[in-house]
Amino acid sequence: MTNDFSIIGKPTAMVDAAEKTTGAGKYTDDLSVPGMLVGKILHSPYPHARIRNVDLRRAEQLNGVVAVVVGKDAPNPYGILPVGHDEHALALDKVRYVGDNVACVVATSEAIAEKALELIDLDYEVLPAYFDPEESMKAETDLIHDNKPNNLEKDYHHVFGDPDKGFADADQVAEARFIANEVTHAAMEPHSTLASFEIDPHTGKPGRLTVWSSTQVPYYLQHKLSLVLEMPMAQIRVVKPLVGGGFGGKSEVIPLEIIAAIAARKAQAPVKITYTREEVFWAHRGRPRTIIDLKTGVKNDGRITAVKARVVQDGGAYCSYGVVTILYSGALLGALYDIPNIQYDGYRVLTNKPACGAMRGHGTVNVRFAFESQLDELALKIRMDPAEIRQRNLLQPPCITVNGLRVQSYGLPECIEKTVERSGWLQRKGKLPKGRGLGIACSHYVSGAANSIIRSDMPHSTVNIKIDRDGGVVVYTGASEIGQGSDTMTAQIAAEALGCSLARVRVIAADTDLTPIDIGSYSSRVTFMAGNATLRAAKEVKKLIAAAAAKKMGCAPEELMFRDDVVRRTNGHVGTDAFVRPAEQSSAASVSGRVEGQILRGSLQQKRKDEGPKDAMTFEEAVVAAIDFHGALTGTGSYAPPQEARGGKHKGAGVGPSPAYSYSAQVAEVSVDEETGEVTVHKVWAAHDCGRALNPVSVEGQIIGSVWMGMGQALTEEMIWKDGMLMNPGLLEYRSPSSVESPEVEPIIVESIDPEGPFGAKECSEGSLAATIPAIANAIYDAVEVRLHESPFTPERVLAALRAKKNAKALNLTEGIDPTRPSKFREHGGALWFKGKGPDRHPLDPSRRETASAGGGAD
Amino acid sequence: MKKELIELRIDGRSHEVAIEPSALLLDVLRQELQLTGSKRGCDDSSCGACTVLIDGVAMMSCTLLAASCEGQVITTIEGVSEHGSLAAIQKAYGDWGGAQCGYCTPGFIMTVKSLLAENPDPSEADVRAALSSNLCRCTGYNQMYEAIRSAIVAERKGLAVAK
Repeated sequence: MTNDFSIIGKPTAMVDAAEKTTGAGKYTDDLSVPGMLVGKILHSPYPHARIRNVDLRRAEQLNGVVAVVVGKDAPNPYGILPVGHDEHALALDKVRYVGDNVACVVATSEAIAEKALELIDLDYEVLPAYFDPEESMKAETDLIHDNKPNNLEKDYHHVFGDPDKGFADADQVAEARFIANEVTHAAMEPHSTLASFEIDPHTGKPGRLTVWSSTQVPYYLQHKLSLVLEMPMAQIRVVKPLVGGGFGGKSEVIPLEIIAAIAARKAQAPVKITYTREEVFWAHRGRPRTIIDLKTGVKNDGRITAVKARVVQDGGAYCSYGVVTILYSGALLGALYDIPNIQYDGYRVLTNKPACGAMRGHGTVNVRFAFESQLDELALKIRMDPAEIRQRNLLQPPCITVNGLRVQSYGLPECIEKTVERSGWLQRKGKLPKGRGLGIACSHYVSGAANSIIRSDMPHSTVNIKIDRDGGVVVYTGASEIGQGSDTMTAQIAAEALGCSLARVRVIAADTDLTPIDIGSYSSRVTFMAGNATLRAAKEVKKLIAAAAAKKMGCAPEELMFRDDVVRRTNGHVGTDAFVRPAEQSSAASVSGRVEGQILRGSLQQKRKDEGPKDAMTFEEAVVAAIDFHGALTGTGSYAPPQEARGGKHKGAGVGPSPAYSYSAQVAEVSVDEETGEVTVHKVWAAHDCGRALNPVSVEGQIIGSVWMGMGQALTEEMIWKDGMLMNPGLLEYRSPSSVESPEVEPIIVESIDPEGPFGAKECSEGSLAATIPAIANAIYDAVEVRLHESPFTPERVLAALRAKKNAKALNLTEGIDPTRPSKFREHGGALWFKGKGPDRHPLDPSRRETASAGGGAD
Repeated sequence: MKKELIELRIDGRSHEVAIEPSALLLDVLRQELQLTGSKRGCDDSSCGACTVLIDGVAMMSCTLLAASCEGQVITTIEGVSEHGSLAAIQKAYGDWGGAQCGYCTPGFIMTVKSLLAENPDPSEADVRAALSSNLCRCTGYNQMYEAIRSAIVAERKGLAVAK
């Protein structure tokens, strides 16, 4: 199939690869402008407190300090969701987590700014704080936000079909509580923003603002800056330099992005703020700790009859993307398997910790861990192979699921088939030596949300293409390259559609002054949406070139084929698109008697006179002809998801629908050390249906990266909290896997050719993550017959489960330790931490009262 | 703090810089000399994004005093390209997907250079052990191994041609 294309489907180095491997490429923190000052932010030491008084005098007097900014310098609230405008760039009257932003010092050097932070005098009134979502939901006083009773950000209750009847019809029912602990993106590049005002030549006063920032969505940043700074959006330019990884952590406006602009305004000079790694952990917006009470029923033939899920998410102190996250958790129970009856109760709860937001696999990952684990338990109960029970519950697309999701292309059957085959599942499952096992799991994800978070009729992506007489193709796109290959995808699609070489295409991306609005790089939307917009823009330009070239060649535009920098007549064969042209038509073109290399620019006129209308022109010649003919050569394409893909009518139906879903099936091979509880992943086979692989090397990289990040969440990564303090705010302590702990991942590309994707492509960067965690959990069960209900599967948890199975007394590694003065490091073991009492706890703190009655924090 | 004048030899060129004695090499490279290829990903030698070669040995410049590097040969990512073109390892990282967001890439390439200088034919275990000093959050490392293998092959071919 891929032979029909000249650019796409071939492994291609990213268009910015050399910038990245030589160090020449600029990320935000690499930029500097003349007169630039440094900003440093003061963070709250308390999880929940009222600010009684702020005294900036000592800080302001320090030599080298230019300005000190506080909340009242920009008091407008904002938030990424229109329903969640609950944040202030700097706290106005209250701080809500350890690390909340209080003030910002602008100084001539980092050292002076840091010294000045210590000179800011703050008087706090400490309030009771809430750290556990289930505790927080009982709160009646000292609410985190006054307008959110019971600290409940949002709850949803959905019923599709008849779950009660479904469970009554089931032959086997399983019910359990699963917990997935909190993880964060930990992108390698810390957030950084540089803000600079220009003086308006007409008024003589500060005018336009330019912001360079490590963001996944320049448009949202421009939007929120306008809101907080009370400036028209047209006066704000947001530029995205190279971004060192996002994974969702840069998909919303992070406080420093706004603080830098406020600071630049007050200091009357350009200001750059770059977070330290610890601040990045506080900024967070990662995947919330999630408590899932899951019940699933199946018939003896493996068919799922009903699913009931109650999901509680520990959302942290602000709304962030929370309402969307809790909806995804329910909505994406559908569209993977055929489930006739679903009941979903989702609670997004506020706690005094950094806000959680969107992270790779947004909303679906933790619930998928629970669901796929439970499906294996049910397979065991009905004595069915775990791969087979998944095959028994496939959808029959095209279809609309019970919760209103439209499914068209569906490569899941082939994904399962291929992983089973490559991993030797049928021969090896259950036959490996004790302590070693195989596990299977599936997952899926949206190729962009069908409904944007800011409701409007605007297209989700728009792309402009300009070609000038030199034959250079410039593509202007708002899509944000964050390392996933967005710019390369854009160049590939433009080059393929125009039949020109990749080197001809230059991509100008993510600069709100130059590029049309695009809602950015998140929810895996770029290839599908910005790709489609690029394709449409290229087709429009191509139409203009074809009209002029056809006139010169004396044929109909439909007869022309664009490929490899040549526009050629095809002797009346049908089809206007070079990229769907079968092989025999290319050969028909080559027997036209022309040797393309002999057509030289200078001799063109002569040749035409000699031979009459010719059969081929170079791309440059065709472009010149088109500009002579039309005056200019530009094209615009935009994309908005079709109405049919936008979901049902129930409350919350807007989240979950997508124009297309990607599918993944994985087999993990692990071994478990029964003495230490240590789990080692040896290999993961991961098949992913990406519609069509536009750049196979990137698709494989995205699959491997997703699986690897899933493995991190499954085994080691966890944000450990004590009294609202993050215990591990460093890259080593957070334990993101290094090369030594990382297994071989065998990516298997499955192409289902989506009817609406650009060249049939869908997403490939997130969908694989969710399957890895349950595949490892299921493999652990196969290895040592213990079912783990809480991630990550640390040695402590695995060992506890192994000892429980043998009816041995659990090892309590922290028994007898005073949590306020630990003499050795306390691994909190998930749910236990909140029972501790900290030195600065308010006397009325609910968890402190409980500690007193429970007697010293021992569990 | 009073500044002192030191001379640093970086990528074959000498630079005189006036720095505070407490200045870290990474800050001097990035802020004084505008050599921003070396990155800051953490502040405590956790991630390796700031790796440079000091007398051929991979070191993390975020926790190295610049003044202590006087008289030593410093190589940064800016000094890796050969004759204005990509070195084999740089080309291979691009071709095989060893770099995605690219933020960790300079550090990894310096680590690989140091590894290959010491051990021109490393086993996969050697490569894994060497790379474990650096963190990447995008690639899962798999495609880096392919890139390194292909760079070794390319280097050998290049040497064979040169002979």
